[in-house]
Amino acid sequence: MGFVRSYQLRWVRKRWRIRALRKRRELSAVVDRTATIKPDDILVMSTLRNERVRLPFFLTYYRNLGVNHFIFVDNNSDDGSREYLAEQDDVSVWTTRASYKRARFGVDWLNWLARKHAHNHWVLTVDPDEFFIYPFSDTRNLRALTDWLNASSIKSFGAMLLDMYPKGTLDAQPYTEGQNPFEIACWFDAGNYMISKNPRFGNLWIQGGPRARAFFPDNPARAPALNKIPLVKWNRAYTYVSSTHNLLPRGLNLVYDEWGGEKASGILLHAKFLSTFADKAEEELERRQHYAASHEYRAYAEKLKDNPDLWCNWSEKYINWRQLEILGLMSKGNWA
Amino acid sequence: MSVGFVMLVHTALDRAEQVARHWARHDCPVVIHVDRKVKRRDHNAFVEALSDLENVRFSPRFSCEWGTWSLVKASQAASELLLKDFSKVRHVFLASGSCLPLRPVQELKDYLADRPMTNFIESVTTEDVPWTVGGLDEERFTLRFPFSWKRQRRLFDAYVRLQRRLKVNRKIPEGLVPHLGSQWWCLTRQTLTAILEDPDRPTYDKYFSKVWIPDESYYQTLVRLYSTNIESRSLTLSKFDFQGKPHIFYDDHMQLLRRSDCFVARKIWPNANKLYDGFLSENAAIMTGAEPNPGKIDRIFSRAVERRTKGRPGLYMQSRFPNDGWENGLTSAPYAVFEGFSELFEDFEDWLARMVGARVHGHLFAPDRVEFAGGQSVFAGALSDSATLRDYRPEAFLTSLIWNTRGERQCFQYSPRDTQGIGWLIAKDANATISVISGAWAVPLFYSNANFSDIRKEAARLQKIEAEHLAALRSFYAKARVRIWTLADFVENPMEPLQTVIDELGNRTSHRLTEAPRMVSLEGFGQFLQNLKNQGMHPHLMGDFPMSNTVERNQKKPRKPYLVN
Repeated sequence: MGFVRSYQLRWVRKRWRIRALRKRRELSAVVDRTATIKPDDILVMSTLRNERVRLPFFLTYYRNLGVNHFIFVDNNSDDGSREYLAEQDDVSVWTTRASYKRARFGVDWLNWLARKHAHNHWVLTVDPDEFFIYPFSDTRNLRALTDWLNASSIKSFGAMLLDMYPKGTLDAQPYTEGQNPFEIACWFDAGNYMISKNPRFGNLWIQGGPRARAFFPDNPARAPALNKIPLVKWNRAYTYVSSTHNLLPRGLNLVYDEWGGEKASGILLHAKFLSTFADKAEEELERRQHYAASHEYRAYAEKLKDNPDLWCNWSEKYINWRQLEILGLMSKGNWA
Repeated sequence: MSVGFVMLVHTALDRAEQVARHWARHDCPVVIHVDRKVKRRDHNAFVEALSDLENVRFSPRFSCEWGTWSLVKASQAASELLLKDFSKVRHVFLASGSCLPLRPVQELKDYLADRPMTNFIESVTTEDVPWTVGGLDEERFTLRFPFSWKRQRRLFDAYVRLQRRLKVNRKIPEGLVPHLGSQWWCLTRQTLTAILEDPDRPTYDKYFSKVWIPDESYYQTLVRLYSTNIESRSLTLSKFDFQGKPHIFYDDHMQLLRRSDCFVARKIWPNANKLYDGFLSENAAIMTGAEPNPGKIDRIFSRAVERRTKGRPGLYMQSRFPNDGWENGLTSAPYAVFEGFSELFEDFEDWLARMVGARVHGHLFAPDRVEFAGGQSVFAGALSDSATLRDYRPEAFLTSLIWNTRGERQCFQYSPRDTQGIGWLIAKDANATISVISGAWAVPLFYSNANFSDIRKEAARLQKIEAEHLAALRSFYAKARVRIWTLADFVENPMEPLQTVIDELGNRTSHRLTEAPRMVSLEGFGQFLQNLKNQGMHPHLMGDFPMSNTVERNQKKPRKPYLVN
């Protein structure tokens, strides 16, 4: 990378940092328990709006992985999400009525909170419908992973978003609070992903899966990005650029090997396609607060009219991380 | 008491305490060196916690850093203390705070008692060592390394470069032959005292203090001066990854560690409760008496290193996206491409599927939709038959298809009418077998009901595409197995090329083909080509197709399947 390019990106990074600084005024603390965060703690950060029914399982899942503290930004929920979170001992919540879109889909808010509270911590930035899987996640907790990453001088860890879906129409099996969503949505697409490199930020751009197959077969360029870098040893100088798809400084985006080898990587199981999806899609479409003029949500609404079944003969049923490793969706790298 | 432990500790003091206590309770004296960088409060608490054991001592503290002389100094001081205070110790075992005994202490004692004069220390000459960090092997001994590799990498590298330019070549003290090996050893009192009490020790120490990673070479080199009874292996199971950093053991390695029969393993993850509880408990004392056998663990870790450095060929995914030329195999498995066959034969795909044990697709890159085998709308890995989706990343489509169907050979048809995105990929791919009947694309034109001027235009377009494609197949970069016949040559004698193709794919039934696919009638095709020529287009890829129907004379009954035997 040339000096000029790197200097430009430096200014891009500074710009997002200043923007985060500005956007901090939109946030007001509901409960701030960040004083209880200990130096070694692993944090989860998330923005949400009306996800009350998902929260109990989400919190349990990540507590079991070994997360010590949760930082939430509540974007004006009216279903009790905020109140529920405020009751949890290991949760800090901020709330805002400001525009999600104008906070660059929540990135500015999270950048600010990370800068303030996550310096020198491992931070996992996930949505309430994303569940992190990594090599050996059934026998080793998250701290084993972060300790290994520390020892290997690795600062960021990639995990592709894997869209999970049920067999049959989405509304056939209603999701109930506290339930493991993957009891219902346990199917996924194993091998229809398309990758290219983003020359500006150096990250990979991955598309495909059931969303490309079912919602964007005629306009694949619009299919949502699946590449994510959710786990980062945060430094106050870092910023997420576009959702958790990429960061600056751009070295953090190099979570893939370019010389034929495989780096270790994980998966974010995406429990988007549940019975809750239709309402959510409609609501989001009305709010018009999503990426690229909510193009994605318009495509959903269009298809959802026919109550689609994402399942096909070649769908794969989820078993465990080893299965995903064998299928080549994630890798152990040199962690053994 | 026959064995004493020297323990170098810098983190996870609680675990170190547990292990030290375990050894001390089994009547093995332990001398502990605590890194000076450990905070005083933590150090005091640690010393206090072990104060009930009279055979645990603490040696003078040095500030230790990886790859530097400080580690040797620490082990020297601790060893001296151990040898002085515990005169009955026969073997000294160097361990770290993250070591864990895997077998009962009594078993280790018995093992060493049976080999009272043996030194267990990995010690090999530099030529025989494959593990080098930072590309330095012999230069470890001939250059000076005053800077820290971890903290002052730039200075470190710059100073190495400078010395190389100045051709610095340190003199190795007389009599020493540099040897390297694992820094975890078990030496006899006799040998260790010889090393520590040697009158030349100041010279050696001075020399080694500027060697890089001296803890991997100091004892390993000097032991060769004083002992001939050397077992060049470490009793400590310790594996390193491709960056020279030790692999870590977790709870899920329990069974593996048990079956390894090694005495001590490192490095153990401090939170591996099951391992610590399991191996340090008294009821785990199953005596096996076996020789250490780290083979299985070796395999697991070397596979991990291979995955990290070479990866799985033909896989493109979120953490493996090789640069051009670094793929180590463009696709994951062999496959076959047929060009011109389905144009020339009426039932080529069905016939091929009957002949070979492979999945036969139609034109995967047909412009309107993907023609998966059996007309499926979705195929392995949930690949969609949408042409737009496929044409968005045609190379990814093909590599995914081959990856998703590992274990089953794939065949597909390809022609200049198809989307052309994968031409170079298949040409460069050593897994591809490409059979081409050049010019066969003209046959459907011959049968088409279009205006001749349109046919002429289309023929010119297709010929141009195929000519470019053939140039790729014949180019210097091509690695695929390529067979090209002109249409004229092929129809002259179709059985021989078909036999070759089938043989390569692995015939399903017998050795000789007994059934051929039905060729379309080419009566009048020569005239058709002549008409194209008369219109000013030059169809050259078909070869010398005779104007009169000499071919037809050889194939009197062209519409019937013919038998050969």
